[in-house]
Amino acid sequence: MRTGRFLALFAGLLLIAACTSEGGGADGRVTLRFQSLAWQQESVEVNRELVEEWNATHPDVKVEYVQGSWDSVHDQLLTSFEGGEAPDIIHDASDDLADFAYGGYLADLTGLLTERLKTDIPRRSWDTVTFGDGIYGVPFLQEPRVLVANATWLEEAGVRIPTPEHPWTWPEFRRITERLSGDGRYGVAWPLKEPVSATLNLSLSAGGQLFHRGADGKVTVRFEAADEVVPRTIHDQANTDDSASPTTLGSGGSDTLPGFFGGRYAMVPLGFSYRQQITQQAPEGFRWQVLPAPAGAGGLTQGVSPQTLSVAEDSPHKEEAAAFIDFLLRPANMVRLALGDWMLPTGTQALKDPALHTAKDGWATGTALAARLRPAPAQSVRGYPEWKDKVATPAFQEYYSGAIGLGELRERLEEDGNLVLARYQR
Amino acid sequence: MRTSTGGRIGQYLALFGYLVFLAFPFLWLVSTAFKTPQELGSPHPTWIPRDPTLANFRQAFDEQPLLRAAGNSLLAALGAALIAVLIATPLAYVMARHRSRLTKAATGWVVVSQAFPLVLVIIPLFLVLKQLRLINSLSGLVMVYVVWALPFALWMLVGYVRAVPAELEEAAAVDGAGRLRTLVSVTAPLLAPGIVATGLFAFITAWNEFFFALVLLKTPEKQTLPVVLTRFIGAEGVADLGPLAAAAFLATLPSLVVFAVIQRRITGGMLAGAVKS
Repeated sequence: MRTGRFLALFAGLLLIAACTSEGGGADGRVTLRFQSLAWQQESVEVNRELVEEWNATHPDVKVEYVQGSWDSVHDQLLTSFEGGEAPDIIHDASDDLADFAYGGYLADLTGLLTERLKTDIPRRSWDTVTFGDGIYGVPFLQEPRVLVANATWLEEAGVRIPTPEHPWTWPEFRRITERLSGDGRYGVAWPLKEPVSATLNLSLSAGGQLFHRGADGKVTVRFEAADEVVPRTIHDQANTDDSASPTTLGSGGSDTLPGFFGGRYAMVPLGFSYRQQITQQAPEGFRWQVLPAPAGAGGLTQGVSPQTLSVAEDSPHKEEAAAFIDFLLRPANMVRLALGDWMLPTGTQALKDPALHTAKDGWATGTALAARLRPAPAQSVRGYPEWKDKVATPAFQEYYSGAIGLGELRERLEEDGNLVLARYQR
Repeated sequence: MRTSTGGRIGQYLALFGYLVFLAFPFLWLVSTAFKTPQELGSPHPTWIPRDPTLANFRQAFDEQPLLRAAGNSLLAALGAALIAVLIATPLAYVMARHRSRLTKAATGWVVVSQAFPLVLVIIPLFLVLKQLRLINSLSGLVMVYVVWALPFALWMLVGYVRAVPAELEEAAAVDGAGRLRTLVSVTAPLLAPGIVATGLFAFITAWNEFFFALVLLKTPEKQTLPVVLTRFIGAEGVADLGPLAAAAFLATLPSLVVFAVIQRRITGGMLAGAVKS
């Protein structure tokens, strides 16, 4: 009898489940879902405020704010696209868009963007979201990698303090970190848990390119002399000079901060937005400053993957979605978003805002670097995620730890890497 | 088989070491939840927070709807555990008592099904649930959790059923009890610890599950605790550590409470003296 009751109960539950629907009715009003990946308190607040401001002034087009998370966002979006359930407006990073764009999941915004937005954001930023002939996102926030330095230590050591106008060269940086090291203290701590994007993006400063597109449009990997500069510097600091902490090579940026505050490292190369954590966590009296990353043959150029806003191809209200993006990215709003995320806006008007040029918390140094930011080298390379995970990450990790030499690093990046990329380009 | 004093001390030391090893992450989580941002950034980590603060808890609750998310998680996990046990118990009994090619094949399938990676099933599953209008619904999520937990639950319960001596059922039959009466009055009580353990397994699996919930639940009102917890983590793994630890600490409490309440049902030698030897 009991088994029978159980089965009846289960059948009932299934029936209830089958009758449950998503709800929502048509009231003639357009409703857009905006999935934002904002996560810092100030940033979430700004996003919510802007959505409220839009809703207050646009009675016919309501925007629903949905908070997503950076964790597994690619898989979540892919599933939503496949199931036809994607949000109308999608927040992501430009290096995640290539597969979605080529897969036909994102709307081509070419004809939907206003002239104001098109001209306000520089060409180099649009390049990060242009795949083939289409534009599949609007780049709006970006961050350079900078050196966060212990100001007191640098002053006491009497080293030349670099500026965006007169940055350190890579060899100079190596010499200075060596000079700052000794007695269990290090000139630099490289947090290289994700070594590939950090290395590739910084390598642009030395003229490194790594990915080469042929006349047939196919991309191959070539690890040339200019590509060696940054990895060799890091390798030698950690393995030859003893000027870079070997223990932080496998750590994330946040993990290096206690050692930085504790006076173990003079400098830590970090993304610009880490300043928020530093202002929160730095002990009282700790003096820190933001320095530009070293420059090479390519000057201060470095690669970035800006945060983007896209529209789903399946959205029935693409024009309204594009209008909301345009509203969200008006210069004054872009500044609010940038301040909330401790990042730089891509828009030239927003970049002029005095709030982004203060010396406090290193804003001015970062803003001065904005013009030198270029699309990350791997931006439009199909198969890059697999190349990165299966080939490049272990190869760079082994090279930085001293387990393999530069020859083997080159061999693995090129030979194994090209086999991977070839599969995506048949 | 008496153990010497030295051997016993060694056993206790090993047990203590194992307990410390198991408890370390949780104790560290609790400690982190009460630390100030400055202490979190300190190069000299401390077990006991120097200036204990509740600010992380306040911030966690201010920023995210933790209670609502916990309620959703509880609903999904309890539903999944209950239904998984209800389905698995009779099936496990059949598989344990009536061995045939079919039950062997079923056992094989149970083992194989554990090897499927999530990404392989998520898109077809999403499409099926969409057809059933079960996207963004806790009922849909519960169904997925039941299906996901069922193979292992079945496997666990088959072992428990086999541990119940068939002689007890035969003795009941000799005494005149019918099949159903035997199952209800003799077998089921002896299986209780196994059923509880299996339910607990299904509960914990569903309570901690992240990916299905992330993909299937669209609106903030429906989202579960693991999904909400990831909102304290930014791009490239940067985390708002204090509020994250505070929220994660709260998220572990229901599991601990469930364990505390039912752990006696799992242990406790219920078969002792059931059969004359």
